[in-house]
Amino acid sequence: MNIPAQPMATSSVSVGSGESRVSKAKDKVKMNAQGVKVFYGDAQAINGIDLDIYENEVLAFIGPSGCGKSTFLRCLNRMNDTIDICRVEGKITLDDNDIYAADRDVVLLRAQVGIVFQKPNPFPKSIYENIAYGPRLHGLARRKAELDDIVESSLRRAGLWDEVKDRLDKPGTGLSGGQQQRLCIARTVAVSPDVILMDEPCSALDPIATAKVEQLIDELSESYTIVMVTHNMQQAARVADRTAFFHMGDLVEVDSTDQIFTNPQDQRTHDYITGRFG
Amino acid sequence: MSISIEQRRQHRLMTIEKSLAKRHRKENAFRRMGLLAVVTGMTLVAILFVSILMRGVPAFWQATFYTDVYFDPEVIQLEPKPERERGESQFDFNERYSQWLTRAGLVNWQTLIDNALEEALGEEVEPRQLRDLRALVTSGERYALRDRFIEDPSLLGQTVELKMLASANVDVWLKGNISRDLPDARQQLSAQTRGWADQLEEQGVIRNAFSTSLFLNTDSRSSLASAGLAGAFMGSLFMMIVVIALSVPLGVSSAIYLEEFAPKNRLTDLIEININNLAAVPSIVFGLLGASIFIGYLRLPLSAPLVGGLVLTLMTLPTIIIATRASLRSIPPSIRQAALGIGASRVQTVFHHVLPLALPGILTGSILGVAQALGETAPLLLIGMNAFVANVPGTPLEQSTALPVQIYLWQGNELRNFFEARTSAAIIVLLGLMLSLNALAIWLRKKFETRW
Amino acid sequence: MSNLALIATLLVMMALAYHLGLTRSRAVAAEHDVRMHSRPGYYGVLVALWCGLPALAIFLLWSFLAPQLIDMLVTQQLPADLVAGLSDRELQTVLRRVTALADGRGVAGGGSPEELDAAAHMARLQTIENFSLVALMAVLVVVGLIVARRRISPNWRARNQVERVIMVALAASSAVAIFTTIGIVLSMLGEALKFFSFISPVEFFFGTTWNPRFSTSGSSNQGEFGLLPLLWGTMMVSIIALLVAIPVGLMTAIYMAEYAPPWLRNVAKPVIEILAGIPTIVYGFFALIVVGPFLSSLGDLIGINIRTTSALTAGLVMGIMIIPFVSSLSDDIITQVPKSLRDGALGLGATKSETIRQVVLPAALPGIVGAFLLAASRAIGETMIVVLAAGNNPVLHANPFEAVSTITVTIVNQLTGDMDFASPQSLVAFALGLTLFVITLGLNVIALVVVRKYRQQYE
Repeated sequence: MNIPAQPMATSSVSVGSGESRVSKAKDKVKMNAQGVKVFYGDAQAINGIDLDIYENEVLAFIGPSGCGKSTFLRCLNRMNDTIDICRVEGKITLDDNDIYAADRDVVLLRAQVGIVFQKPNPFPKSIYENIAYGPRLHGLARRKAELDDIVESSLRRAGLWDEVKDRLDKPGTGLSGGQQQRLCIARTVAVSPDVILMDEPCSALDPIATAKVEQLIDELSESYTIVMVTHNMQQAARVADRTAFFHMGDLVEVDSTDQIFTNPQDQRTHDYITGRFG
Repeated sequence: MSISIEQRRQHRLMTIEKSLAKRHRKENAFRRMGLLAVVTGMTLVAILFVSILMRGVPAFWQATFYTDVYFDPEVIQLEPKPERERGESQFDFNERYSQWLTRAGLVNWQTLIDNALEEALGEEVEPRQLRDLRALVTSGERYALRDRFIEDPSLLGQTVELKMLASANVDVWLKGNISRDLPDARQQLSAQTRGWADQLEEQGVIRNAFSTSLFLNTDSRSSLASAGLAGAFMGSLFMMIVVIALSVPLGVSSAIYLEEFAPKNRLTDLIEININNLAAVPSIVFGLLGASIFIGYLRLPLSAPLVGGLVLTLMTLPTIIIATRASLRSIPPSIRQAALGIGASRVQTVFHHVLPLALPGILTGSILGVAQALGETAPLLLIGMNAFVANVPGTPLEQSTALPVQIYLWQGNELRNFFEARTSAAIIVLLGLMLSLNALAIWLRKKFETRW
Repeated sequence: MSNLALIATLLVMMALAYHLGLTRSRAVAAEHDVRMHSRPGYYGVLVALWCGLPALAIFLLWSFLAPQLIDMLVTQQLPADLVAGLSDRELQTVLRRVTALADGRGVAGGGSPEELDAAAHMARLQTIENFSLVALMAVLVVVGLIVARRRISPNWRARNQVERVIMVALAASSAVAIFTTIGIVLSMLGEALKFFSFISPVEFFFGTTWNPRFSTSGSSNQGEFGLLPLLWGTMMVSIIALLVAIPVGLMTAIYMAEYAPPWLRNVAKPVIEILAGIPTIVYGFFALIVVGPFLSSLGDLIGINIRTTSALTAGLVMGIMIIPFVSSLSDDIITQVPKSLRDGALGLGATKSETIRQVVLPAALPGIVGAFLLAASRAIGETMIVVLAAGNNPVLHANPFEAVSTITVTIVNQLTGDMDFASPQSLVAFALGLTLFVITLGLNVIALVVVRKYRQQYE
């Protein structure tokens, strides 16, 4: 399935394909959150969220800035652990295993739940080394040839192979912004996680690079569960199977993207998508 | 197909999990290495502080005689202190007075001390043992007696209880800083003197008293027990006054110019690199500069705090400039724009709005710079400040030494087992001053810290 | 009139001028019933500057030139038979004696009749000089005051002029730093060249023997001035110091930046800062009385002969001294690596140490290398620790347990005591200083450029 980006960008929501994926995705719950609350010091950022994430779906989080969507996203692979004052309550499972359990290894968790950040952050190493870093860490390739394969296939999946195959030994920081972001996605893909989290992956990119990344997300959704945060409603409408609307630390509403944009149940959702606030 | 994907997934997870234990071991080893480094560093520093404190603190107390001294008219055969008579010219009086002073100096004041000691010991001391007796009290005390008498001639014929410092060797002996098992030949004092010292300590005549001489006296070569830091302290004080008076205004104006007004061109770049480099030039190079320019070319006096202050000023200047620039840079441009927006000139903007806000940072940087200058030794050695000076300097042009240089001089004294402690005590004084300055700077920064 | 009183009077006059300018500008404003160009205070300051600055300039120039002029006149006055055959240095001595006599301080043994005559002459000249200075300054003050006061008008741009003066003053102060560098280079170059007129540079830079032999100046036997033993000693001590300081300092910085809980950071940072400020003489003393004896007895224990004062002692303690320096520089640099890079590695499932070793440190490498170079430059230029603890043994050998000597130690040894700028024994200190300056300058400049590039990368 290779949906060209252009038609998606023009037509508001591609209802047909969206529905087909929703039905496919409903099969199995990949991740589940129950009563998740997040505190920064004394301030509460998330007020208790329950949410199911299905296997191989694209789920978008939308909402005004400061609504907690990024914070919640970062709970899903415990990136919030790196912030000293941040505290998470509630339960989040991955394949029915509690990821905040005491004996849970956060290294393993992050190998299963990868993340792509808002600003492209390639390591100051060569393109090859950027991709090879994850597989090397986790010992996924025993031989150089195997590693080469992983690097090539990851770059291919990210649609970057043809652009960079002649300069794999050049620094990743020398690429353009859009290429850097796809490099970061390829870097994440190279570890073959089950779930990929994306925190506003296109907010630092120009429209053409954005279209490419969106197309990439669409392709990746075949084999990965993707949860993305976006402040751009059109983007959610273009790529997401389901959309969740966050507001002031609450998950207001989650439903198929179609439903959210055409027939929201909550007044706040309605106001937000019609542009009353944002 | 789906099963095969699942299997591959499982296999991958297994692979990762297998290596995990090893990776976590490495993680822990790394973290422990970091902790070890911190602990090592802290331990070394703790050893430094403890060893200096252990050696230095006892030196703040010194073996001191508490005895009755009889100002014996037999010994002090001196006419009354001259008063200026009516009709006598100032010149004649001065002449007469200085003659009297000379005669007072010729009095054998040591005899008074000898007598007092005999009294305390309760025995006649034979003339051949006089040397042993005189080894008890430090030699400076006889001049102290003389000065006391000149100050107050009415003491004649009176008995006064006085505090007199024991000699350095007695102090060492009584504090146990020299082994009591050493044979006579290797002891610094004769057996007789050691016996007397023990006896007098038992009688309570010699007590361990707080050493005011350490703070009030100048360095001494003959009367080691009364060597003090007063001269060095004044020297350091004069130098710091010079440093503060010159380096702070110069450094701050220079930083203001470079940060706020200087056009951004190659020259400014050069000045910036130059200042950063000056901050890293070894201090001894500044000493060479001082020796060549201030002493050799400008013929300023050797060993003068003024010259030391000038050298240290040049050395401190880059530190202050860098700190001030950092402080100015941290003031957001919006403040400047606001002031310029209501019609202030650039100079007014800087002096009325930016500078007051940057003041805490400037102050902190300046204090740290001055503290650094206070502890600097090497350049001072090259401009002659390691000369022996027996007076408290009255002006920045008189010969003087400085606290860190005094430490250098004392550590080299041959009477190691006395001066090791005395040097440590001097270090404690210097560190005390420096740490207070540093603490002041840190406190200022914490108090006025603003996050923009 | 003493200089102090002169300056004080001048300040009082300037205060008066300020007041006059202030009132005058107000009066002018009232008289013409207009707004002045600047606020009254600026007119006051400007009048004060007109009044004070020229007099001050004359004063400075005068104090610099007049003594030399007087010396010259007095020298001419000295009887020819006295001056004849005197070297420059001896002439200086005579002049110093005359000056002492003229000041009324007197000289030991009293002056000769010729000297007394010269002293009287000098005292006369000094009186004349003093009077003319005061008179000249008074005229300048009064003229400046009158001219400036009369110029006060609504159109006189007092503020702009005052600000221009301020700008010139500010720019002049930033020139001090430049002049310091120029002064360092010129003075050392000058004296070093004098030294090289005694000893050839080849002999100095490539000589392997250091034996300056404190002989009286002018004697033919000048001793040997080979730099290499000193350079080697410096290197040995510095390398030992860096071997101690770099691992401990860097690991401390990493622990502080990445692992330490916030409270520990808050405590440790100021402590490290204070440690960096401990005078090196203190470390030197510590080396001499604690570390040296400890190492020596440790050596006895394992059967190695370790001198109390040795390259090892000095290097070890110097390393301890540099730890805080390395650690705070590295800490600054490590914390500058953006969090996004750390997150990138952690998000892939790297452990913290893997993140640090494989991502943070490589990213920070240029900055850290710069910090190491600065530390090396510091170690090379450090003086007091080596003076006290290295043992002063300028011989080429590779045994760290033996005493060595360094460039800095030798500078101190050669230049303390007598200030005699004519013998190679003292002048060599400047050649050594120049060598030291060039080495550290090289290290510093490379380090500063590297660190600067690194900062720009993440700004």
